[in-house]
Amino acid sequence: MRLLYFAWVKEKTGIAAEDVDVPGDVATVAELMAWLKMRGPEFENAFDRAEVIRAAIDHAHARHDAKIGGAREIAFFPPVTGG
Amino acid sequence: MIKVQHEDFDIGAEIAALKADRTDIGSIVSFTGTVRDAADTITEMTLEHYPGMTETELERIEKEAHTRWPLQASLIVHRTGTLKPGDNIVLVVTASEHRDAAFDAARFLMDYLKTSAPFWKRETGPQGSKWVEAKASDEAARTRWSPRKDAAE
Repeated sequence: MRLLYFAWVKEKTGIAAEDVDVPGDVATVAELMAWLKMRGPEFENAFDRAEVIRAAIDHAHARHDAKIGGAREIAFFPPVTGG
Repeated sequence: MIKVQHEDFDIGAEIAALKADRTDIGSIVSFTGTVRDAADTITEMTLEHYPGMTETELERIEKEAHTRWPLQASLIVHRTGTLKPGDNIVLVVTASEHRDAAFDAARFLMDYLKTSAPFWKRETGPQGSKWVEAKASDEAARTRWSPRKDAAE
């Protein structure tokens, strides 16, 4: 699964994109964030305030309770500030 | 039409292109967002975005506007990369037979763009640089437009 990070989430994780093998029992966006937090201090810091982080599954906004099964690309980012 | 680009845009030229060879349009509304430095605290602003999703999201928002109002044409241009105070950031143009649809759709497009298009602003000034935080007022502005009953959120 391809994971992408943007803005301060990217700065905190220290990477923009990676391919990861997500364990089969990680079923939702929230569970994926909880799993990512355990991957080291950078990720723990990046996902410390997981409730404010937004996610997108295959280019579509996704809630934290959204299922991630079958997703090719999941992105994590702060609330958007364009316009 | 959607354009995501670093280059500046020419509002007059964009409107001229939108109405070229058309005589059915009666109203054209445009909104331009620019880099604001009201208190001399910003020397530059950098816009990061999510290539791929940005275009998908802008097209979705534009399509939604066309389902809600009888628009004859529309355009969203959003710049990315590093900009200076006073620079253009975003352009929304809507065209319709009568003004109400164009006015309302332009506001709708901006309200939705602000809260769902994947752009992030980083401001740099004498004190360093920081990510711009999302404003609750932008989220409130979006809620003025009730979701359509058949809309997938």
